Amino acid sequence: MTKTSSVDTAKTTAVEKESRNATKAMLVEFWYYFSQNKGAVLGLALFVLLVSVAIFAPLVAPHHPDMQFRDALLSPPFWEAGGSLTYPLGTDAVGRDILSRLIFGARFSLFIGVVVVTIALVGGIVIGLVAGYVGGAVDTFIMRIMDIILSFPSLLLALVLVAILGPGLMNAMIAIAIVLQPHFVRLTRAAVMAEVNRDYVVAARVAGAGHFRLMFKTILPNCLAPLIVQATLSFSNAILDAAALGFLGMGAQPPTPEWGTMLAEAREFILSAWWVVTFPGVAILVTVLAINLVGDGLRDALDPKLKRS
Amino acid sequence: MSDIILKVRDLYRTYDIKGGLFKKPGKFTAVKGVSFDVERGSTLAIVGESGCGKSTLARMLTMIDAQSEGGIEIDGLPIDIAKTGISKDMRQKVQIIFQNPYGSLNPRQKIGHVLEEPLLLNTDMGAAERRELALEMLQKVGLQPEHYGRYPHMFSGGQRQRIAIARAIMLKPKLLVLDEPVSALDLSVQAQILNLLKDLQDEMGLTYIFISHDLSVVKYLADKVMVMYFGEVVEYGTRDEVFDAPQHAYTKTLFAATPRADADSIKKRLAAKAASAA
Repeated sequence: MTKTSSVDTAKTTAVEKESRNATKAMLVEFWYYFSQNKGAVLGLALFVLLVSVAIFAPLVAPHHPDMQFRDALLSPPFWEAGGSLTYPLGTDAVGRDILSRLIFGARFSLFIGVVVVTIALVGGIVIGLVAGYVGGAVDTFIMRIMDIILSFPSLLLALVLVAILGPGLMNAMIAIAIVLQPHFVRLTRAAVMAEVNRDYVVAARVAGAGHFRLMFKTILPNCLAPLIVQATLSFSNAILDAAALGFLGMGAQPPTPEWGTMLAEAREFILSAWWVVTFPGVAILVTVLAINLVGDGLRDALDPKLKRS
Repeated sequence: MSDIILKVRDLYRTYDIKGGLFKKPGKFTAVKGVSFDVERGSTLAIVGESGCGKSTLARMLTMIDAQSEGGIEIDGLPIDIAKTGISKDMRQKVQIIFQNPYGSLNPRQKIGHVLEEPLLLNTDMGAAERRELALEMLQKVGLQPEHYGRYPHMFSGGQRQRIAIARAIMLKPKLLVLDEPVSALDLSVQAQILNLLKDLQDEMGLTYIFISHDLSVVKYLADKVMVMYFGEVVEYGTRDEVFDAPQHAYTKTLFAATPRADADSIKKRLAAKAASAA
């Protein structure tokens, strides 16, 4: 009796080990295709660096982001005449250290990206799944609404929404999520329509799967590849749009060290103190570039059409 | 022995064709008044060209689509999903195996989960019990227990078709609809799968509805043969009746169109060729 059970457990562990190996093989294959794209690896490295800087901001930043050093207003970066290593990238008009503000601003940018993409992704997936799966009049209705949203210039629509909801970072994020959502809906719908008549879906139906199980467990995992790519690209879009709204005074409000808001505050010093505008701009540029590179790599790794095997 | 498991009477399936800007809406009848009986444990082969309604018939028998008119009765249970819906009882009576083993398995689902899904949805078994049954079934269809945790893309076409067969018989159905189950496979693998199907039929007392256009396969497996042509049954009889004395013109053309590769017919053909050349 005990002998058979030990044989059984041995078999079970063997089966489980094999199962883990299969999962690992999928991940290894994914990493192989991802790492073929050198730019993507570079982007990922930059992104990881950014995330860790954001997480450890209080440890990394030389000063508190809101601390004003009245004796060093508009001090230039350290390599310029008159600059000092106390303020490596200089200070702004009220004497705050720009490097510290940029480091803390990374938190806001990542937070914006995550929240916006989450809202847009979840909403887009649910609406797109319903549109693609149900079809017919429901599909037409949903897609025409999405077409209407898409026909507005995205920043203008976000501005209008913020004007209705009131300025502030949270409202800006909601507005941007609504603006980005139609892309996810369209993508999900197209992917669902391609999958819904495949044999494995019919087989699951014959096995007795209900509508919800078919939509979320059978079809959705097979539609994720384009969505993941779109999500990364939207992540950078969200950061850009949030910065734009901040620049227009409709996003994060001063003294929040959000990159777009920092740009807006520094507008009048563009000619006299170049560092006040340049560094937030460079921070936005590098972040968006890194995320877009990662998105390209993900596309290579996940899109079966681009695989060479 | 007249233990009828599947009774089909005057079955119709019509599709509405949507009207376009310059086109009137119309109706297309894919299956026109088909009737037949299938005995328990036997194999009925349905033969016909593309678009003759074979697959539509299969979809109705497996409750994927509803019939427009007519009656289906499986193991004494009347099936009319447009009116009554599908109960768990009905699910466990009939299952289907598809032609293309590359499309019929969910690429993101491990084999174990593929096999357990029918049990999870239709029975109250616990996880351990389901797993035990799935492992058993893997061995039954000639696969290894370690295949349990792998993904479909790690298997060959023949192995995938074995998995599809395993999934279909997990619920121990009475009736199995096979929609050209071997036409996407290599010849050698075809033979293995056909033998597996035959063994399973003997072991579990399964009844097969075997849809095919490959007459050699039909000859090997079928007890009865039904020939369909444009939605109608033009020939229905035992295998020997149909193969030896085809009645309908279409059946005769069908048999004549089958290439023959036995030594006698090749010799005859060569002789005819030599005679015409001389």
